[in-house]
Amino acid sequence: MIIALVLIALTTILALVLGIVARKRHQMNLEQWTVGGRRFGPGLVFLLLAGEIYTTFTFLGASGFAYGLGAPAYYILSYFPLAYVISYFILPKVWSYARQHGLVSQPDFFAHKFDSPALGVLVALVGVVSLVPYLVLQFTGLGVIVQTASYGAVPKTVSIIIGAAVVTLYVIISGIRGSAWTAVVKDISIIGVAAFLGLYLPIHYFGGMSKMFEALNTAKPGFLVFAAHGQSVSWFVSTTLLTALGFFMWPHTFGSIFTARNAAVFRKNAVVLPLYQLLLLFVLLVGFTATLVVPGLKGAATNMALLKITVASFPSWMVGIVGAVGVLTALVPGSLIMMSSATVLSRNIIAALRGGEQSNEDTVRLAKFLVPVVAIISCYFAIAGSSTIVAMLLMGYSFVTQLFPIFICSLMRRNPATKEGAFAGILVGVATVVYFTLAHQSIGKLMPGLPDVIKDINVGFVALVANVAAMAVVSAVTAGRRLPLAKQGAD
Amino acid sequence: MQHIRWLAVVPFIGMFIGPVLHNSATPFILGMPFILGWLVVWVLLTSAIMAVIYGLDPVRLAPEEDAP
Repeated sequence: MIIALVLIALTTILALVLGIVARKRHQMNLEQWTVGGRRFGPGLVFLLLAGEIYTTFTFLGASGFAYGLGAPAYYILSYFPLAYVISYFILPKVWSYARQHGLVSQPDFFAHKFDSPALGVLVALVGVVSLVPYLVLQFTGLGVIVQTASYGAVPKTVSIIIGAAVVTLYVIISGIRGSAWTAVVKDISIIGVAAFLGLYLPIHYFGGMSKMFEALNTAKPGFLVFAAHGQSVSWFVSTTLLTALGFFMWPHTFGSIFTARNAAVFRKNAVVLPLYQLLLLFVLLVGFTATLVVPGLKGAATNMALLKITVASFPSWMVGIVGAVGVLTALVPGSLIMMSSATVLSRNIIAALRGGEQSNEDTVRLAKFLVPVVAIISCYFAIAGSSTIVAMLLMGYSFVTQLFPIFICSLMRRNPATKEGAFAGILVGVATVVYFTLAHQSIGKLMPGLPDVIKDINVGFVALVANVAAMAVVSAVTAGRRLPLAKQGAD
Repeated sequence: MQHIRWLAVVPFIGMFIGPVLHNSATPFILGMPFILGWLVVWVLLTSAIMAVIYGLDPVRLAPEEDAP
């Protein structure tokens, strides 16, 4: 127990030191703090984007999802490549537009495209609300790690608070440079650990991957295919699409687009990154193996599956290494998410609502003050909540993907959506998600007569359809009204 | 040649058609249950398809591509 905790603590300290070193070399104005001075080459942008793939979500979430539910976890493997396919076409456009107009954040982009500061505020709100579950899941993961590595000696609540405090400290003393350099360390170590566990565990317990799957298929028939109802094939397709479309809508992912030195980076990444995320396969293998080896975890406890099988299979020092990697997978994305949400709150919501000019120094100062505030709120949800990590991320996706329709419209040569249409689309989409979530409703319950194919569609995807419909109708009405006015003006 | 960009639709179709048409654990692909193996193959193919698009894309090869 002591060895495991010491290794985890040392790793955390190393990450903090890297953050301080990275900061010392650079002046920290707003662009430095948030977009790294727009000077990152292919390597660092690659790592920032890749850094967002390997989060606690993939390490603990994906393995836990495979452990608890089986086939539905496959979606995690399919949405990243599709997101990169989309990125090839859209990211270079976003990058050129942002550079041309000196934009540093996602709400800036929307506000500028639609010529509506109010839309910027709405986008910022949607972004921050979506980020909360994403941050909560990182804290939950950190909590699980500290709790397991201490072999239960440190209770869940204390573990989460420790984790949240470390991330907060890291963000305050560092900036995006800290994230990028720690991302290097993190990625190398997670590749090593995940590949080792994914290859070793099935061989150790079953004599090979294929034998493990055969044993699992015999022990739990139907576990490795999609169910006929609920998380069925139609759930898989709609969830994959929802998450692939939403992938670059996160404020922090969108923000990392701005850190690139040129647009070519993104096209190269679209070729390489699908391969890079095959590592997820190993994580899924660990989860499937754990189903047979350490059965019995239910609900939110499935988040512990990967660590549980590590504890059952290895001595304490190995638990320490796996735990340390887990800490890094939460620290890097956690810090990016926290920094993004604080910057967006400070710059795009508070400053915008206050009106008048707010200097960049004030924005950074306010953002740094907001970091602990965001941390405390997320910490509360992490302690109070009892969801699986994947469920939390899907919740965030349901919100954030509502920005996708107007985003695509804004990239078209003639933007078919009006300002009013954009508002209507986002509001209808978000309201639909909130309704279904709060009322614990599903389309199946609302309309039991529908065929299963439609009933099982992911709620976020249903909201997306409502979103597009609202945007189209309102845009058509408002565009029609504006045209004659514009003509009058021309006369 | 701009049509080469339409190749990007293929990974979407490929990724979904396997589970839709054959939601089953067998036959195993690469030692994995059918759907998982299918998806892994398509991850590889997606990268290959993007490499083809990257290599032939007239928009990327045009010198003024990053100009407004």
